[in-house]
Amino acid sequence: MATTRRYFLKSSGLALAGLAAAPSFLVRTALAQTNAAPGKDQPIIIAIFQRGAADGISIVAPFGDEHYYSARPQIAIPEPKSGAAERAIDLDGFFGLHPALDSLKPIYNERHLAIVHAVGSPSNTRSHFDAQDYMECGTPGNKSLGDGWLNRYMQANPEDGATPFRSVAINSNVPRSLMGSAPSIAMTRLADFGLHGDLATTELEEAFADLYKETFEAVKMLRNANPQQYVPAKGVQYPNTSYGRALLEIAQLIKANVGLQVAFADVGGWDTHANQGSSRGPLANRLKDFGDGLAALYRDLGDRMRNVVIVTMTEFGRAIHQNGSGGTDHGHASCLFVAGGAVKGGKVYGRWPGLAPEQLFEGRDLALTTDFRDVFAEILVNHMRAKDVSKVFPQYQPGTSLNIV
Amino acid sequence: MQDIRHLLNRISFGPRPGDKEHAEKIGAEKYIDQQLHPERIDDSAMEARLTSIPSISMTTAQILENYPNPRRFVRQLGLQPNDNQNGNNQALRQHVFLYYQEKGLRLPQKLLEELQAQKMIRAVHSERQLQEVMTDFWFNHFNVFWGKNADRWLTTAFEMSAIRPNIFGKFKNLLMATAKSPAMLFYLDNYLSSSPGSFRLLKTVTNRRAGINENYARELMELHTLGVDGGYTQQDVQEVARAFTGWSVEAPQRSGEFTFRPRMHDDGEKVVLGHKVNEGGMKDGEMVVDILAKHSSTARFISTKLVRRFVSDDPPQPLVNRVADVYKQTGGDVREMLRAIFASREFSSSQAIGAKTKTPFEFAVSAIRFLNGATDGSGQLAQMIARMGQPLYQCQPPTGYPDRGGYWMSNGAVLERLNFAAALGANRIPGTTVKSDEPIKSVVLMLGSPDFQKR
Repeated sequence: MATTRRYFLKSSGLALAGLAAAPSFLVRTALAQTNAAPGKDQPIIIAIFQRGAADGISIVAPFGDEHYYSARPQIAIPEPKSGAAERAIDLDGFFGLHPALDSLKPIYNERHLAIVHAVGSPSNTRSHFDAQDYMECGTPGNKSLGDGWLNRYMQANPEDGATPFRSVAINSNVPRSLMGSAPSIAMTRLADFGLHGDLATTELEEAFADLYKETFEAVKMLRNANPQQYVPAKGVQYPNTSYGRALLEIAQLIKANVGLQVAFADVGGWDTHANQGSSRGPLANRLKDFGDGLAALYRDLGDRMRNVVIVTMTEFGRAIHQNGSGGTDHGHASCLFVAGGAVKGGKVYGRWPGLAPEQLFEGRDLALTTDFRDVFAEILVNHMRAKDVSKVFPQYQPGTSLNIV
Repeated sequence: MQDIRHLLNRISFGPRPGDKEHAEKIGAEKYIDQQLHPERIDDSAMEARLTSIPSISMTTAQILENYPNPRRFVRQLGLQPNDNQNGNNQALRQHVFLYYQEKGLRLPQKLLEELQAQKMIRAVHSERQLQEVMTDFWFNHFNVFWGKNADRWLTTAFEMSAIRPNIFGKFKNLLMATAKSPAMLFYLDNYLSSSPGSFRLLKTVTNRRAGINENYARELMELHTLGVDGGYTQQDVQEVARAFTGWSVEAPQRSGEFTFRPRMHDDGEKVVLGHKVNEGGMKDGEMVVDILAKHSSTARFISTKLVRRFVSDDPPQPLVNRVADVYKQTGGDVREMLRAIFASREFSSSQAIGAKTKTPFEFAVSAIRFLNGATDGSGQLAQMIARMGQPLYQCQPPTGYPDRGGYWMSNGAVLERLNFAAALGANRIPGTTVKSDEPIKSVVLMLGSPDFQKR
């Protein structure tokens, strides 16, 4: 039985003529003009979320802390002086980079990569989902705000001539950090961003363009920029993973000069409750992908990095003692990376709280000495030219400046 | 007075031509009652479509035998220990493929394809629509990730044996079934959790010391029962983890069934949410399930999630309270909770009508049904749903997919939905066909319209 016209029009409850009355969440009418795209010198922030709570003391191992090895007899990263074939890469005589992150060491040496340790959210939740929410909203302990910190930055700092690509997540869904009234694009692949197939005729595209104005403005703009021609800088190879491809797409957008200011990517697989390994193993594999991706992005952007800051984050760290399954349970503080031309790198920032039993948070986790908002706020003010971050991080008074950017 | 189309949009995956007339004829009340008792609805036509999917009626042992891990044949295949069968090595993949063909075996990846196919076939074709809606709902509530190692072989039994038989019954039975399901024990690492003083039984596991693993205990309270603000502490998490020590999986590469390992169990006394738990052995975990199922936070949390699915993204509090009361009065009877929701003022209110955004899965299924289409669940349909943002059985975090419209609609997702509408309307999806007298352009515009994204 074929669908009859009567059924089609009557049972659907929709007349085709009535489609223009689209719900507002799908159609943003106030699309800014796209003619005056901002130039190449506008500041850009790339935020990378390590979802699942990355184990900070494996990523940047405090080999100089005497309690590190006793808490983790099987999974600690061997110290630089140990004879182990794969051991921590000495940063400053106390901290060592996980060996799988060796591609980041040159950037650290060039002083364009900084590390903040014992950083995180002051909320004591050990729920991934609450903690991610708190970090992405920028309001630990408060669930009442519906929008994300990067979206509030854009709301508070409107830009003349902003394009639909001002804020982009390489993801099929908009992450919490970008949710809010300032428009953002979520896309998985630049090449797929548009209608395709034999039906994608101009006629159909025009009909949809009336319904989804903002979407099709963006499609048109991207088509004109033609980023498909993209070849990464000589010698740069991104990891062949969804994370590596996401970073490549971000580099593509930056170099296509479509007005990107805020970019967001996710990298998962950090919830290492079992068998995380040490210098080798599942965590090391995740870190190899993570570090090689960051390094590729940094090298690919080349001198564009002078206007770019890359910042990584994770919702919390992991317990200091390994658990019964060769892994680690949910903890508190962790570490993060900040890279960029203007970053004062080559240094591990933050006060080290120590791993002695009495120094641990709630007797089990790395204590927090730097609130993540201090780092984010500093990047927004010193790099992204935010005038005032009180709307981005409401009811928060940033602590002493770290002076990273 | 029920708006029949609204009712069909919520308790089914959207109407097929004729569904509305049928429901109007028998009346809303009878229609709801039938849907709440799927065993009374003949579904043989749909079942006939499932015969080409062998894995869904196999035990886990049979699945392990018929869809084995290629690693088992390292020697026969002449593989090096470091060869990665999932990698890009074309020749190696071909070699494995031919070996499986010769032996009459199927690759584990087929298990995912078959799970996805049966889910799509049932959603599109079953007369027992609410049963399929609730299976989708509970699987997502108790989410496991197919791609996590052994879960590739365990997820089929999780849906068929733990979720499906329990969707309309007492919540506690569903909770117990998931607690004892190998897929969940593996996904949230409880199979490794052991008393700190216990003797290690898992010989394959080296480099480890005995000890508890908190992963399942925490998600059990946060996501399955009490909710994150349900009133438990870190101490409760540790005590619950102790109670579940020894709940494990038997020979994950041969039988894959639930087993209790007494020697891994912590028999000391525990205190969970103020209750002493000292039953001993496996009964400790069972008592925890009982405590959690009886807790008023669970009544509230489960009611909130059901009301969010069936009424609106922001569940009306008075209705949540009433449904939570039904939970308490009936010992957590899901069928009665649903009945209360469907009969409520809030369910039929004008604010609720068209207020929910379809997930990509709901959107795709409703589109096929709307065009009176048919599907054999072939892979490309699942791939298109994945591109719209919802890879089926592959949601990594234990939260499952969010049930809120804002999550699903972005500019990129809109384009993928339009591309799906165009492909479906033009019958360009292999294995899936639709019928329509309308010009293709009208059909595509219809399916791509903002209104059709809503239910």
